[in-house]
Amino acid sequence: MLAAGSLGLEAELKTVEEIKAAIEAAVSGAQVEVLRNPSPSAQHSLRVAHESALEVAAFLRDDPELAFDYLSNLTGVDWPDKEITEKVKVTRQVLKTVDGPEGKVEQTVEETVDETRKRTEPGCLEAVYHLYSVAKKHGPLVIRMRTANRTDQVELPSLTPIWRGAEFQEREIFDLYGIVFKGHPDLRRILMWDGFKDYPMRKDYVEPDDYEYEPTAHDHVLARAQEHKSREPGSKGAAESA
Amino acid sequence: MAVDQNLKIELGKQGVFVTTIQELYNWGRRSSVWPMQFGLACCAIEMIATTMARYDMARFGAEVFRPSPRQADLMIVSGTVTKKMAPQVVRLYNQMAEPRYVIAMGACAISGGPFKQGYNVLKGIDRYIPVDVHIPGCPPRPEALLQAFITLQKKIDEQPLTGEGRPRFLDAAAQGEFPVPEFGEHDLEPTSNQGVWPVEIQGVGNRE
Repeated sequence: MLAAGSLGLEAELKTVEEIKAAIEAAVSGAQVEVLRNPSPSAQHSLRVAHESALEVAAFLRDDPELAFDYLSNLTGVDWPDKEITEKVKVTRQVLKTVDGPEGKVEQTVEETVDETRKRTEPGCLEAVYHLYSVAKKHGPLVIRMRTANRTDQVELPSLTPIWRGAEFQEREIFDLYGIVFKGHPDLRRILMWDGFKDYPMRKDYVEPDDYEYEPTAHDHVLARAQEHKSREPGSKGAAESA
Repeated sequence: MAVDQNLKIELGKQGVFVTTIQELYNWGRRSSVWPMQFGLACCAIEMIATTMARYDMARFGAEVFRPSPRQADLMIVSGTVTKKMAPQVVRLYNQMAEPRYVIAMGACAISGGPFKQGYNVLKGIDRYIPVDVHIPGCPPRPEALLQAFITLQKKIDEQPLTGEGRPRFLDAAAQGEFPVPEFGEHDLEPTSNQGVWPVEIQGVGNRE
Protein backbone atom coordinates (compact mmCIF):
# COMPACT_ATOMS: atom_id res chain seq x y z
CA MET A 1 0.00 0.00 0.00
CA LEU A 2 1.16 3.50 -0.62
CA ALA A 3 1.63 5.65 2.40
CA ALA A 4 -1.73 7.35 2.26
CA GLY A 5 -2.22 6.92 5.99
CA SER A 6 0.96 8.79 6.79
CA LEU A 7 -0.62 11.96 5.46
CA GLY A 8 -3.74 11.47 7.53
CA LEU A 9 -5.71 10.80 4.40
CA GLU A 10 -8.79 8.67 4.82
CA ALA A 11 -9.10 6.98 1.47
CA GLU A 12 -7.00 3.94 0.78
CA LEU A 13 -5.20 4.06 -2.50
CA LYS A 14 -4.83 1.07 -4.75
CA THR A 15 -1.43 -0.55 -4.80
CA VAL A 16 0.93 0.35 -7.60
CA GLU A 17 0.36 -3.09 -9.07
CA GLU A 18 -3.39 -2.48 -9.17
CA ILE A 19 -2.85 0.92 -10.75
CA LYS A 20 -0.52 -0.64 -13.31
CA ALA A 21 -3.19 -3.21 -14.16
CA ALA A 22 -5.82 -0.47 -14.42
CA ILE A 23 -3.59 1.55 -16.75
CA GLU A 24 -2.85 -1.45 -18.95
CA ALA A 25 -6.53 -2.31 -19.16
CA ALA A 26 -7.52 1.22 -20.12
CA VAL A 27 -4.66 2.36 -22.34
CA SER A 28 -3.76 -0.08 -25.07
CA GLY A 29 -0.05 -0.49 -25.64
CA ALA A 30 0.91 1.26 -22.44
CA GLN A 31 4.24 0.11 -21.08
CA VAL A 32 4.31 0.47 -17.33
CA GLU A 33 6.89 -0.95 -15.01
CA VAL A 34 6.62 -1.14 -11.23
CA LEU A 35 9.74 0.03 -9.39
CA ARG A 36 9.71 -1.11 -5.80
CA ASN A 37 11.28 1.06 -3.16
CA PRO A 38 12.90 -1.18 -0.52
CA SER A 39 13.32 1.63 2.01
CA PRO A 40 10.89 1.98 4.98
CA SER A 41 8.96 4.67 3.12
CA ALA A 42 7.99 1.97 0.60
CA GLN A 43 7.11 4.65 -1.90
CA HIS A 44 6.91 2.49 -4.97
CA SER A 45 6.73 4.12 -8.33
CA LEU A 46 5.63 3.43 -11.87
CA ARG A 47 7.94 3.91 -14.79
CA VAL A 48 5.96 4.87 -17.84
CA ALA A 49 7.35 4.53 -21.34
CA HIS A 50 7.28 7.97 -22.90
CA GLU A 51 5.48 6.85 -26.07
CA SER A 52 2.21 6.38 -24.22
CA ALA A 53 2.86 8.75 -21.32
CA LEU A 54 0.28 11.35 -22.35
CA GLU A 55 -2.56 8.80 -22.56
CA VAL A 56 -1.49 7.25 -19.26
CA ALA A 57 -1.42 10.65 -17.60
CA ALA A 58 -4.82 11.56 -19.00
CA PHE A 59 -6.18 8.25 -17.70
CA LEU A 60 -4.72 8.82 -14.22
CA ARG A 61 -6.35 12.22 -14.08
CA ASP A 62 -9.72 11.33 -15.60
CA ASP A 63 -10.36 7.87 -14.17
CA PRO A 64 -13.15 8.34 -11.57
CA GLU A 65 -11.54 5.93 -9.12
CA LEU A 66 -7.98 7.25 -9.33
CA ALA A 67 -8.73 10.91 -10.13
CA PHE A 68 -5.18 12.22 -9.73
CA ASP A 69 -6.16 15.82 -10.24
CA TYR A 70 -3.20 17.43 -8.50
CA LEU A 71 0.45 17.35 -9.52
CA SER A 72 2.28 18.32 -6.36
CA ASN A 73 5.88 18.12 -7.45
CA LEU A 74 8.07 17.10 -10.27
CA THR A 75 11.78 16.86 -10.42
CA GLY A 76 14.64 15.49 -12.46
CA VAL A 77 17.27 12.83 -11.85
CA ASP A 78 20.52 12.46 -13.71
CA TRP A 79 21.75 8.89 -14.10
CA PRO A 80 25.29 9.13 -15.47
CA ASP A 81 26.90 6.37 -17.51
CA LYS A 82 27.79 3.66 -15.06
CA GLU A 83 30.88 1.52 -15.39
CA ILE A 84 30.22 -1.89 -13.91
CA THR A 85 33.11 -4.15 -13.01
CA GLU A 86 32.18 -7.78 -12.48
CA LYS A 87 34.09 -10.97 -11.97
CA VAL A 88 33.18 -13.77 -14.31
CA LYS A 89 34.41 -17.35 -14.09
CA VAL A 90 35.81 -18.31 -17.47
CA THR A 91 36.85 -21.82 -18.49
CA ARG A 92 39.58 -21.97 -21.06
CA GLN A 93 41.99 -24.45 -22.57
CA VAL A 94 45.56 -24.08 -21.34
CA LEU A 95 48.64 -25.88 -22.62
CA LYS A 96 50.58 -27.27 -19.67
CA THR A 97 53.59 -29.45 -19.08
CA VAL A 98 52.54 -32.36 -16.97
CA ASP A 99 54.68 -35.01 -15.35
CA GLY A 100 53.45 -38.24 -16.92
CA PRO A 101 54.68 -41.82 -16.65
CA GLU A 102 56.89 -41.25 -19.72
CA GLY A 103 58.54 -38.06 -18.55
CA LYS A 104 57.23 -34.59 -19.23
CA VAL A 105 54.31 -34.36 -21.64
CA GLU A 106 52.55 -31.31 -23.06
CA GLN A 107 48.87 -31.57 -22.43
CA THR A 108 45.80 -29.41 -22.90
CA VAL A 109 44.06 -28.83 -19.60
CA GLU A 110 40.81 -27.06 -18.87
CA GLU A 111 41.20 -24.34 -16.32
CA THR A 112 38.71 -22.02 -14.62
CA VAL A 113 39.94 -18.47 -14.18
CA ASP A 114 38.36 -15.39 -12.66
CA GLU A 115 38.19 -12.62 -15.19
CA THR A 116 37.19 -9.04 -14.47
CA ARG A 117 35.03 -7.56 -17.13
CA LYS A 118 34.03 -3.98 -17.45
CA ARG A 119 30.91 -2.85 -19.18
CA THR A 120 29.31 0.55 -19.36
CA GLU A 121 25.67 0.91 -18.61
CA PRO A 122 24.41 3.91 -20.56
CA GLY A 123 22.99 6.69 -18.46
CA CYS A 124 19.77 8.60 -18.90
CA LEU A 125 17.78 11.50 -17.56
CA GLU A 126 14.63 10.94 -15.60
CA ALA A 127 11.61 13.07 -14.72
CA VAL A 128 9.69 12.16 -11.57
CA TYR A 129 6.08 13.25 -11.06
CA HIS A 130 4.29 13.14 -7.70
CA LEU A 131 0.52 12.94 -8.06
CA TYR A 132 -2.21 13.40 -5.49
CA SER A 133 -5.96 13.34 -5.69
CA VAL A 134 -7.72 16.19 -3.97
CA ALA A 135 -11.12 14.75 -4.87
CA LYS A 136 -10.36 11.28 -3.55
CA LYS A 137 -7.93 12.42 -0.83
CA HIS A 138 -5.27 9.93 -1.74
CA GLY A 139 -1.71 9.95 -2.93
CA PRO A 140 1.07 10.22 -3.66
CA LEU A 141 1.53 8.22 -6.80
CA VAL A 142 5.02 8.52 -8.22
CA ILE A 143 5.41 8.14 -11.95
CA ARG A 144 8.73 8.39 -13.76
CA MET A 145 9.82 8.74 -17.32
CA ARG A 146 13.28 8.14 -18.74
CA THR A 147 15.01 9.58 -21.77
CA ALA A 148 16.87 7.29 -24.15
CA ASN A 149 20.25 8.75 -23.24
CA ARG A 150 21.85 11.85 -21.78
CA THR A 151 23.22 13.46 -24.91
CA ASP A 152 21.07 13.68 -28.02
CA GLN A 153 17.85 11.82 -27.26
CA VAL A 154 16.70 13.82 -24.27
CA GLU A 155 13.08 14.30 -25.23
CA LEU A 156 10.10 13.46 -23.07
CA PRO A 157 6.45 14.32 -23.63
CA SER A 158 5.32 17.33 -21.61
CA LEU A 159 2.53 16.64 -19.15
CA THR A 160 1.61 20.33 -18.96
CA PRO A 161 -1.48 19.72 -21.15
CA ILE A 162 -2.70 17.29 -18.45
CA TRP A 163 -1.61 19.13 -15.33
CA ARG A 164 -1.13 22.85 -15.87
CA GLY A 165 1.00 23.03 -12.73
CA ALA A 166 3.76 21.17 -14.53
CA GLU A 167 4.62 24.19 -16.66
CA PHE A 168 7.19 25.96 -14.49
CA GLN A 169 8.65 22.79 -13.03
CA GLU A 170 9.17 21.26 -16.46
CA ARG A 171 10.90 24.48 -17.42
CA GLU A 172 13.09 24.13 -14.35
CA ILE A 173 14.02 20.55 -15.30
CA PHE A 174 14.76 21.71 -18.82
CA ASP A 175 16.93 24.47 -17.39
CA LEU A 176 18.91 22.42 -14.89
CA TYR A 177 18.95 18.91 -16.42
CA GLY A 178 18.41 19.54 -20.11
CA ILE A 179 15.36 17.34 -20.65
CA VAL A 180 13.42 18.69 -23.62
CA PHE A 181 9.68 18.43 -23.03
CA LYS A 182 7.82 17.99 -26.30
CA GLY A 183 4.48 19.75 -26.34
CA HIS A 184 5.38 22.24 -23.62
CA PRO A 185 3.71 25.59 -24.34
CA ASP A 186 6.67 27.77 -23.35
CA LEU A 187 9.90 25.84 -22.92
CA ARG A 188 12.53 28.38 -21.92
CA ARG A 189 15.14 28.50 -19.20
CA ILE A 190 13.58 29.71 -15.97
CA LEU A 191 16.39 30.13 -13.43
CA MET A 192 19.49 30.65 -15.54
CA TRP A 193 19.69 33.14 -18.38
CA ASP A 194 18.86 32.30 -21.98
CA GLY A 195 22.42 32.29 -23.29
CA PHE A 196 23.57 29.82 -20.61
CA LYS A 197 24.96 26.64 -22.15
CA ASP A 198 25.36 24.16 -19.27
CA TYR A 199 22.96 22.07 -17.23
CA PRO A 200 24.07 22.71 -13.64
CA MET A 201 22.30 19.80 -11.95
CA ARG A 202 23.91 17.17 -14.13
CA LYS A 203 26.59 15.11 -12.45
CA ASP A 204 29.22 16.01 -15.04
CA TYR A 205 28.65 19.76 -14.78
CA VAL A 206 31.86 21.74 -14.53
CA GLU A 207 31.27 24.87 -12.50
CA PRO A 208 32.83 28.17 -13.52
CA ASP A 209 36.39 28.68 -12.36
CA ASP A 210 35.88 31.69 -10.11
CA TYR A 211 37.68 30.56 -7.00
CA GLU A 212 40.11 33.45 -7.14
CA TYR A 213 39.42 34.68 -3.62
CA GLU A 214 38.29 32.59 -0.67
CA PRO A 215 38.68 34.12 2.78
CA THR A 216 38.82 30.77 4.57
CA ALA A 217 40.09 28.58 1.78
CA HIS A 218 40.63 24.97 2.81
CA ASP A 219 40.34 21.45 1.41
CA HIS A 220 38.99 21.28 -2.12
CA VAL A 221 38.24 25.00 -2.18
CA LEU A 222 41.89 25.74 -1.41
CA ALA A 223 42.96 23.28 -4.10
CA ARG A 224 40.64 24.94 -6.62
CA ALA A 225 41.85 28.40 -5.65
CA GLN A 226 45.49 27.35 -5.95
CA GLU A 227 44.83 25.76 -9.31
CA HIS A 228 43.17 28.94 -10.52
CA LYS A 229 46.01 31.05 -9.17
CA SER A 230 48.66 28.94 -10.87
CA ARG A 231 47.04 29.55 -14.24
CA GLU A 232 47.09 33.32 -13.87
CA PRO A 233 49.82 34.98 -15.96
CA GLY A 234 52.80 36.13 -13.93
CA SER A 235 51.89 34.06 -10.92
CA LYS A 236 54.37 32.01 -8.96
CA GLY A 237 52.73 28.75 -9.96
CA ALA A 238 52.85 29.65 -13.64
CA ALA A 239 56.53 30.50 -13.35
CA GLU A 240 57.23 27.18 -11.66
CA SER A 241 55.44 25.16 -14.27
CA ALA A 242 57.09 27.06 -17.13
CA MET B 1 40.64 75.51 8.08
CA ALA B 2 39.61 73.09 10.77
CA VAL B 3 38.22 74.67 13.88
CA ASP B 4 39.62 73.45 17.18
CA GLN B 5 36.89 71.35 18.79
CA ASN B 6 37.44 72.73 22.29
CA LEU B 7 37.39 76.28 21.03
CA LYS B 8 34.22 75.55 19.14
CA ILE B 9 32.51 74.19 22.25
CA GLU B 10 33.73 77.14 24.27
CA LEU B 11 32.41 79.60 21.69
CA GLY B 12 29.14 77.65 21.59
CA LYS B 13 28.69 78.21 25.31
CA GLN B 14 29.02 81.92 24.65
CA GLY B 15 26.40 81.79 21.95
CA VAL B 16 28.76 81.92 19.00
CA PHE B 17 28.30 79.26 16.38
CA VAL B 18 31.36 78.47 14.30
CA THR B 19 31.45 76.06 11.43
CA THR B 20 33.09 75.48 8.09
CA ILE B 21 31.48 75.10 4.69
CA GLN B 22 32.68 71.51 4.59
CA GLU B 23 31.10 70.66 7.94
CA LEU B 24 27.83 72.32 7.03
CA TYR B 25 27.79 70.73 3.61
CA ASN B 26 28.53 67.24 4.90
CA TRP B 27 26.05 67.65 7.73
CA GLY B 28 23.39 68.34 5.16
CA ARG B 29 24.44 65.41 3.00
CA ARG B 30 24.63 62.87 5.77
CA SER B 31 21.35 63.87 7.36
CA SER B 32 19.17 63.00 4.41
CA VAL B 33 20.58 59.91 2.80
CA TRP B 34 17.64 58.41 1.00
CA PRO B 35 17.93 54.71 0.31
CA MET B 36 16.64 53.07 -2.79
CA GLN B 37 13.60 50.90 -2.29
CA PHE B 38 14.64 47.46 -3.38
CA GLY B 39 15.35 44.20 -1.64
CA LEU B 40 16.82 40.98 -2.92
CA ALA B 41 16.24 38.33 -0.27
CA CYS B 42 15.59 37.75 3.43
CA CYS B 43 17.92 40.61 4.48
CA ALA B 44 15.35 42.92 2.92
CA ILE B 45 12.89 41.86 5.64
CA GLU B 46 15.34 43.09 8.26
CA MET B 47 15.83 46.27 6.25
CA ILE B 48 12.06 46.82 6.25
CA ALA B 49 11.97 46.19 10.00
CA THR B 50 14.70 48.81 10.41
CA THR B 51 12.53 51.44 8.80
CA MET B 52 9.48 50.61 10.92
CA ALA B 53 8.54 52.18 14.24
CA ARG B 54 10.49 49.84 16.52
CA TYR B 55 13.92 50.62 15.05
CA ASP B 56 12.92 53.75 13.17
CA MET B 57 15.59 54.63 10.65
CA ALA B 58 13.85 58.02 10.33
CA ARG B 59 15.89 59.07 13.37
CA PHE B 60 18.89 59.24 11.01
CA GLY B 61 17.12 60.95 8.15
CA ALA B 62 16.84 57.87 5.99
CA GLU B 63 13.17 57.06 6.15
CA VAL B 64 12.36 58.07 2.61
CA PHE B 65 12.81 54.97 0.50
CA ARG B 66 12.77 56.09 -3.10
CA PRO B 67 11.32 53.80 -5.71
CA SER B 68 13.53 55.32 -8.39
CA PRO B 69 17.32 55.14 -8.56
CA ARG B 70 17.33 58.72 -9.87
CA GLN B 71 16.19 60.04 -6.49
CA ALA B 72 18.16 57.70 -4.25
CA ASP B 73 21.48 58.35 -2.54
CA LEU B 74 22.05 54.97 -0.95
CA MET B 75 21.79 51.48 -2.31
CA ILE B 76 21.31 48.85 0.38
CA VAL B 77 22.15 45.56 -1.33
CA SER B 78 20.04 43.47 1.02
CA GLY B 79 20.36 39.83 0.16
CA THR B 80 21.70 37.23 -2.22
CA VAL B 81 22.80 38.62 -5.55
CA THR B 82 22.34 35.85 -8.08
CA LYS B 83 24.36 36.00 -11.25
CA LYS B 84 21.14 36.55 -13.14
CA MET B 85 20.35 39.59 -10.96
CA ALA B 86 23.85 41.10 -10.83
CA PRO B 87 23.68 43.06 -14.12
CA GLN B 88 20.44 44.66 -13.01
CA VAL B 89 21.95 45.68 -9.67
CA VAL B 90 24.94 47.25 -11.43
CA ARG B 91 22.63 48.99 -13.89
CA LEU B 92 20.53 50.41 -11.04
CA TYR B 93 23.71 51.65 -9.41
CA ASN B 94 24.73 53.31 -12.66
CA GLN B 95 21.36 55.02 -12.81
CA MET B 96 21.74 56.59 -9.38
CA ALA B 97 22.87 60.19 -9.29
CA GLU B 98 25.97 61.23 -7.37
CA PRO B 99 26.55 61.38 -4.47
CA ARG B 100 25.74 57.72 -4.09
CA TYR B 101 26.73 55.15 -1.53
CA VAL B 102 26.40 51.40 -1.19
CA ILE B 103 25.83 49.28 1.89
CA ALA B 104 26.29 45.56 1.27
CA MET B 105 24.01 43.95 3.82
CA GLY B 106 24.44 40.37 4.93
CA ALA B 107 26.72 37.44 4.24
CA CYS B 108 25.42 36.90 0.70
CA ALA B 109 25.82 40.47 -0.47
CA ILE B 110 29.36 40.74 0.90
CA SER B 111 30.70 37.33 -0.14
CA GLY B 112 28.05 34.98 -1.49
CA GLY B 113 27.43 33.65 2.01
CA PRO B 114 26.26 30.05 2.24
CA PHE B 115 25.98 29.97 -1.55
CA LYS B 116 29.59 31.00 -2.11
CA GLN B 117 30.59 27.76 -3.79
CA GLY B 118 27.44 27.62 -5.87
CA TYR B 119 27.34 28.15 -9.60
CA ASN B 120 24.53 30.69 -9.57
CA VAL B 121 25.37 33.24 -6.88
CA LEU B 122 27.67 36.22 -7.18
CA LYS B 123 30.43 36.06 -4.57
CA GLY B 124 29.87 39.56 -3.31
CA ILE B 125 28.48 42.62 -5.04
CA ASP B 126 31.81 44.39 -4.44
CA ARG B 127 33.11 42.56 -7.49
CA TYR B 128 31.24 45.03 -9.68
CA ILE B 129 30.48 48.19 -7.69
CA PRO B 130 32.35 50.02 -4.93
CA VAL B 131 30.87 49.20 -1.53
CA ASP B 132 31.18 51.73 1.30
CA VAL B 133 30.05 49.62 4.26
CA HIS B 134 29.92 45.83 4.56
CA ILE B 135 27.66 44.25 7.18
CA PRO B 136 28.21 40.60 8.04
CA GLY B 137 25.35 38.54 9.43
CA CYS B 138 22.75 36.14 8.19
CA PRO B 139 20.67 38.21 8.25
CA PRO B 140 22.13 41.16 10.17
CA ARG B 141 19.83 42.47 12.87
CA PRO B 142 18.27 45.92 12.37
CA GLU B 143 20.76 47.28 14.91
CA ALA B 144 23.57 46.14 12.63
CA LEU B 145 22.03 47.99 9.70
CA LEU B 146 21.68 51.10 11.87
CA GLN B 147 25.32 50.69 12.89
CA ALA B 148 26.29 50.45 9.24
CA PHE B 149 24.23 53.51 8.49
CA ILE B 150 25.92 55.47 11.27
CA THR B 151 29.29 54.29 9.94
CA LEU B 152 28.31 55.59 6.52
CA GLN B 153 27.27 58.93 8.02
CA LYS B 154 30.64 59.20 9.75
CA LYS B 155 32.31 58.42 6.46
CA ILE B 156 30.35 61.17 4.72
CA ASP B 157 31.12 63.57 7.56
CA GLU B 158 34.84 63.02 7.16
CA GLN B 159 34.95 63.44 3.41
CA PRO B 160 36.96 66.54 2.43
CA LEU B 161 35.45 68.62 -0.35
CA THR B 162 38.74 69.23 -2.09
CA GLY B 163 41.90 67.33 -2.70
CA GLU B 164 42.63 63.70 -2.05
CA GLY B 165 39.71 61.59 -0.86
CA ARG B 166 36.99 63.96 -2.01
CA PRO B 167 33.67 62.43 -3.03
CA ARG B 168 33.35 61.19 -6.60
CA PHE B 169 30.91 63.88 -7.68
CA LEU B 170 33.48 66.58 -6.91
CA ASP B 171 36.18 64.77 -8.85
CA ALA B 172 35.86 65.24 -12.60
CA ALA B 173 38.30 62.45 -13.32
CA ALA B 174 36.47 59.89 -11.18
CA GLN B 175 34.76 56.92 -12.72
CA GLY B 176 31.06 57.54 -13.06
CA GLU B 177 29.74 54.51 -14.83
CA PHE B 178 30.60 50.98 -13.89
CA PRO B 179 30.58 48.29 -16.59
CA VAL B 180 27.52 46.08 -16.50
CA PRO B 181 28.49 42.40 -16.73
CA GLU B 182 27.10 40.41 -19.63
CA PHE B 183 25.51 36.98 -19.50
CA GLY B 184 28.10 34.57 -20.84
CA GLU B 185 27.76 30.95 -21.86
CA HIS B 186 29.02 29.65 -18.52
CA ASP B 187 29.37 32.65 -16.24
CA LEU B 188 29.10 36.42 -16.12
CA GLU B 189 31.56 38.23 -18.37
CA PRO B 190 33.71 39.63 -16.95
CA THR B 191 33.57 37.77 -13.63
CA SER B 192 34.64 40.93 -11.80
CA ASN B 193 35.44 44.56 -12.43
CA GLN B 194 39.19 44.76 -11.85
CA GLY B 195 38.84 48.49 -11.14
CA VAL B 196 36.99 47.83 -7.90
CA TRP B 197 38.01 44.22 -7.19
CA PRO B 198 41.80 43.89 -7.23
CA VAL B 199 41.90 41.37 -4.38
CA GLU B 200 44.48 38.61 -4.12
CA ILE B 201 43.70 35.15 -2.80
CA GLN B 202 44.46 34.72 0.84
CA GLY B 203 46.22 31.60 1.97
CA VAL B 204 47.25 30.80 -1.55
CA GLY B 205 50.65 31.47 -3.02
CA ASN B 206 52.31 32.24 0.30
CA ARG B 207 51.79 28.66 1.44
CA GLU B 208 54.67 26.45 0.54
